Parts: sequence; C-alpha cells; structure tokens
Amino acid sequence: MAQTEVDKLLSKDYELGFTVDVEEDTVPPGLNEDVIRFISAKKNEPDWMTELRIKALHKWEKMEEPHWAHLHYTPIDYQAISYFSAPKRAPNSLDEVNPEILKAYEKLGIPLEEQKMLQGIAVDAVFDSVSVKTTYSETLKELGIIFCSISEAMRDHAELVKEYMFSVVPMTDNYYAALNAAVFTDGTFVYIPKGVRCPMELSTYFRINAQNTGQFERTLIIADEGSYVSYNEGCSAPQRDENQLHAAVVELIAKKDAEIKYSTIQNWYPGDSKGEGGIYNFVTKRGICEGENSKISWTQVETGSSITWKYPSCILKGDYSVGEFYSVAVTSRAQQADTGTKMIHIGKHTRSTIVSKGISAMHGQNSYRGLVKIGPDAEGARNFSQCDSLLIGGECGAHTFPYLESQEAMAQIEHEATTSKISDEQLFYLRQRGISEEDAVSMIVHGFCKEVFAQLPMEFAVEAKELLNLTLEGSVG
Amino acid sequence: MMEIKNIHAKIGENEILKGLNLTLEKGKVHAIMGPNGAGKSTLSKAVVGHYDVEVTGGEILYKGKNILEMAPEERALEGIFLSFQNPVEVPGVNNAYFLRTAFNAKERREGKPETNAAQFLKLMRMHIERLGMKPDMISRNLNEGFSGGEKKRNEILQMEVLQPDVILLDEIDSGLDIDALKAVSEGINRMKNGERTFLVITHYSRILDYIDPDYVHVLQEGRIVKTGGPELVKLLEAEGYQAIAGDA
Repeated sequence: MAQTEVDKLLSKDYELGFTVDVEEDTVPPGLNEDVIRFISAKKNEPDWMTELRIKALHKWEKMEEPHWAHLHYTPIDYQAISYFSAPKRAPNSLDEVNPEILKAYEKLGIPLEEQKMLQGIAVDAVFDSVSVKTTYSETLKELGIIFCSISEAMRDHAELVKEYMFSVVPMTDNYYAALNAAVFTDGTFVYIPKGVRCPMELSTYFRINAQNTGQFERTLIIADEGSYVSYNEGCSAPQRDENQLHAAVVELIAKKDAEIKYSTIQNWYPGDSKGEGGIYNFVTKRGICEGENSKISWTQVETGSSITWKYPSCILKGDYSVGEFYSVAVTSRAQQADTGTKMIHIGKHTRSTIVSKGISAMHGQNSYRGLVKIGPDAEGARNFSQCDSLLIGGECGAHTFPYLESQEAMAQIEHEATTSKISDEQLFYLRQRGISEEDAVSMIVHGFCKEVFAQLPMEFAVEAKELLNLTLEGSVG
Repeated sequence: MMEIKNIHAKIGENEILKGLNLTLEKGKVHAIMGPNGAGKSTLSKAVVGHYDVEVTGGEILYKGKNILEMAPEERALEGIFLSFQNPVEVPGVNNAYFLRTAFNAKERREGKPETNAAQFLKLMRMHIERLGMKPDMISRNLNEGFSGGEKKRNEILQMEVLQPDVILLDEIDSGLDIDALKAVSEGINRMKNGERTFLVITHYSRILDYIDPDYVHVLQEGRIVKTGGPELVKLLEAEGYQAIAGDA
C-alpha cells in the first residue's frame, strides 16, 4: 500500500441525505420589494421590520459579491433562488407536527421527543425557515429567559430586537449580511436577564428542505450583566442536486461579567465527489464583549457544505474581556472551506485564544483565515493563535492566512502553525495492532482534534466525533 | 506453526526475497541473522502485510490459511505481532487509549467482553512497572517524543499486553543501552511459554546472549542459506557472513 492507499477512500453516500414530503408554501424565485413584502406579511411582521428589510435590499443591490476568499465556485444567480418556504400550518404542539418532519429528525438522530424527555435541552427546531416547535419555554420563562423564534421576538419583544439587531453585524456589513437582512426568514432569539445562569443547553437544529430555497437564518443572543448561556447550533441537510445558498447571521452581545458559549456543528450536504449539489454556506457570526470581564467563546465543528465562508469573531470592547475561537473544519471530496476568526481587541487587558484544526482529505481545500487586531488603547492585550492542518492523502490542500494588526506596542501575540499528514506508516502501525483501517484513521483524526472537542458540551462532542467519522469515511483504503 | 514457502518479494522494482523458505516451529525461538540488505526486514514486512512489500510468489501458511490473502489487521487479530524497527509517532493519540483499542479488538475477536478503562489501566500499569517504564507512558501520546529506548520498550509493552502467538522482533536490540536491552530481553523471556513462536531479526549476536534461540538462520541475498543451532552464532562471530555464504 503506497500513499495511494491513503488516497483511495472517500465516497460513501451522505447518510443524512433524504427529502421528506411536506407541502411547502414557496414564493417564486427572484428578489425584489414584492418578495420582501410577501415574506414580511407571511410572518405578520411589524411595519418597522418590513421597512428595515427593504432598506437592506436596496443597499444589497448596490453591493458587490466578495471574491477574496480562497474558494472556487460557479457564480450564484440570486434571482434564481426562492426566498421563502414554510410548512403551511404552524403546529401548536408536538402532536400536530407532521409525522414526516418528526421522522426526518429521527433520521438525524435528534428526535424532539427524546430530547425533551432525556436531554434536558430546550429545542427551537427550525424546519425550512419557520419554527416548528419550541420546548421547555415554560421552565425558561420562570427565570425570565426569553428563548423564541426571531419572528416572535419582533412581535413580543420589539424593544430588544430594535435595540440590538444590526448592532453587532450592521445591515451593510458585507454582501451576505445585507442579503440576510433583507430576506431572513427565521431564527432564534435569546435573552438572559441579569445574573441568571441558564440551567440548560439551548439548542437549535436547522434543516434545509425545500428544493431551490435559500436558507437565511438570523440569530440574536443577548446575555445581560453577570449572566451565562451555552447555545448549541446543529445543522444537517437532505441530499439535493442544485447548489443551495445559506447565508446566516448570528449576533451575540455579552454585557459586563456575562458569558456566552456558542457551539456549532455544521453538517450541511457537502455535495458529491465533484462538489455538485452541496450547500454554499456564507455565514456572518460576530459577538461583542461589551462589558468588563465578559466572555464569548465560539466552538465550531464544520464537516458539511461544499463551500464554507465563515469567520465567527469577537469584538473585545470591555476591559478584561475574553474571546475564544475553537474550530475543527473538515473538507473531504471536493469541499472547500475558508474559515477562521477575527479578534478585535479594543479594551484594556483583553485576551483572545484561537485554536484552529483544519482537516483535508480527497480533493478538499481548507483555508484558515484569521485576523488579530489590537487597537491603540488595548493596553496589555494578549492573543494566542494555533493553527494546525492535517492532510489525508495527496490531492487535498491546506492554507493558512493569518493577519495581524497591532497599534499597541506592548501587546503579546503568539502564533503557532503546523501542517502534518496522516502517513501510511501511522495507519499501518495501528492496523498491525489489530485496529481496523477506519478506526485507525478516526483515532488519528480525533487525536488531532482533541483540544477543540474538549470545548464542546458532552452530547455535542459525541455527535461531532460521529460526524467526523462519517465525513472521512472512505478517505483512505 | 508457520510455513513460509518459496517467497518472492519486491520493494519497488527490486526483488529482495528470492524464493525464501522457512518453517517456524511452535514454541521455538528462531533467530534470523544476515548482513545489511539481505532481506531480513523485508521478510518480517511480508509476514505482516506491510505496504512497502509486494509479494510476487509463494505462500505463508498459518493456522491452515495463506495469510498473504489477509489484511494487516486480520493477520494481527490472528495473533501475529511485529515489533517495529522504528516505531512511528502518532501525535494526539493517547498511548493507553490506543493500546486498549487494540486489546479490545482482540478480545472482541475472541468473543470476550470488552475490558473497561479502569480494568485496563490496572493491567497496563502492572506491565509498565515490570518493564521499568515511567508511569507517564499511560498519559503520553503514542511514541510522540519518545527516546529510542522508550519506543522499543513501548513495543515490548504492547507485545506483553496483546499476548500474540507469533512474535516478530525486527532489530529490537538496535539503539538500546545495556539496561534497556536487559529489560526488553526479560519481557521477551516472560512471553516464552512453550506455545509462542518468536522470529528474532538481528544484526548482532548480543541480544541472543539474553534470549537463547533454538534455531539460527542465516539470510543472504533473499534466501535462507544456512540453519543451525545456537552454535552458529559463534561461528558467524568468528568467521563472518562471507565464510558462511561460501559454505552454502
């Protein structure tokens, strides 16, 4: 077995690839004011929101799609996409949920029922754009925690939404953020009141289901002074022929002494071995550590999508605030990822940690792109960055683009980067001890990702390991 | 126990083994000696199915099967163990976790229940202590940053934990100081039980002072050219491989 042996294995069918038959209420493809008004009306939105969307649309129309990322794909025809699709009837209880949908969740290994009973996780499940079911809201309500869909929040908590939406990711922040501002269909809203520690992991699962439907989620999480919340976002999508666009926006606000932990497992359909049919994932995620001693921690496991463009970032405004970014990004088959983070140090004695693990297999291309920016007043700021790449086979690629801008002479910045390869010799060694080839690959890969997985909540870590195995199945052999 | 019949094998374009015949007897220690490039390591690699080696002819019969048709992990699960000449480093993979996975793969094969982490650690600690290894061998990553001697002891540790039936030792003595050589030899001697078969590949005779071979085979130019008892070691020391080859 030569290096080719390592090169062989990558073509197992995407196991979460399936489509359930649910009646959709979909607008025709295209994007204009009428479509925006349709979406807004469908969702019974207040007028102020409709006007904001239209403003965003017009700004977006004047913007240019960015091309600086290390990504190659056929241009997206934004007028060929349908911007809204929702199950026709919004159910009030689990009993009313379409059994087909429940079946789909079950196939994903995340039955709502089971989660409700066993996991102690409140689930705001998004099935194509509209929230299907929110559980545990009663328990949360007692603590004053708001955990609902963003559409509900616009109606019931308009003041909070008005104050914070677009405050971290402005409407015109970038091309995809502007698009999202115009057409976002649903998403999650979380508010944790002062001094409250959210007693459970908050979790949302997203699914893309309707053919040719873009998915534009919008999430807003506000942790008030001294509060804590851990939020898990997990994604998976059914198999599909055409490329689908996903342009989500997430905004996090951490006040004084507050902490937000945001974990993501991203497993959108990656496309076939040529990259056909996978999800284009252009995401803007940003958090602001607004108050002193606040902390925002991003952990992501990116195994899906054919294209990933994503840089969860922290603005460290409050003195002594902390930003963290832990990432595992896997690109297999023909997947491409350009992902990383931005740590913007504004306040004094702010600290940030970046641990990025990129895994490339088959023809996968993986780029780390990270910015560490130290402002003139960020006295005593510190950053540590570690970017490791693992290559499986000889056809894939790993790239690192670290950017550093420091206006504070005393800031401490450390950057470490490594690139290694799963060698035939390592695989053979493990196999000679009776360990199967697939177990051997997964053992080596998990060893590589250890530090990041340690950051994930327990159940999520288990899921992440399984996903990683699934993604890399067939990448050697 | 194992019959190696008329093996021809290539590495790249070079034929290294040229019709090698060797029968390994149950419960015996076979030493293979030979000059550099004779094909000693190639022989051990052919037995375990290493990807470098292409076997172009012959068969290796073991437990009634031609193992050349089996995947490396299958051969391992049938009880064939190779102590590597240069064990590879596997960063991030915990030594104890790795060894427990291998141990349980074998237990599973034998229809036994899996050994849990606590039970396994107890077993591993006992072996580590006996081999004079540092306790941090449990928590360190597989061969990562190990010294030459630590790597060799770690091979012996794996052998003692996995309890294989046929043990190939490829230059287990190279790069060892005298204490390590003693510890490694003791480990090997502990494994002798009248059932296990050993194939000890070595350049030098010094390890053979510790582990008493039953047979000594001289490998030259891809064939076994002479087989004898321990006395052959002395003869080789006195006269060199050249004389033996002329003899053959």
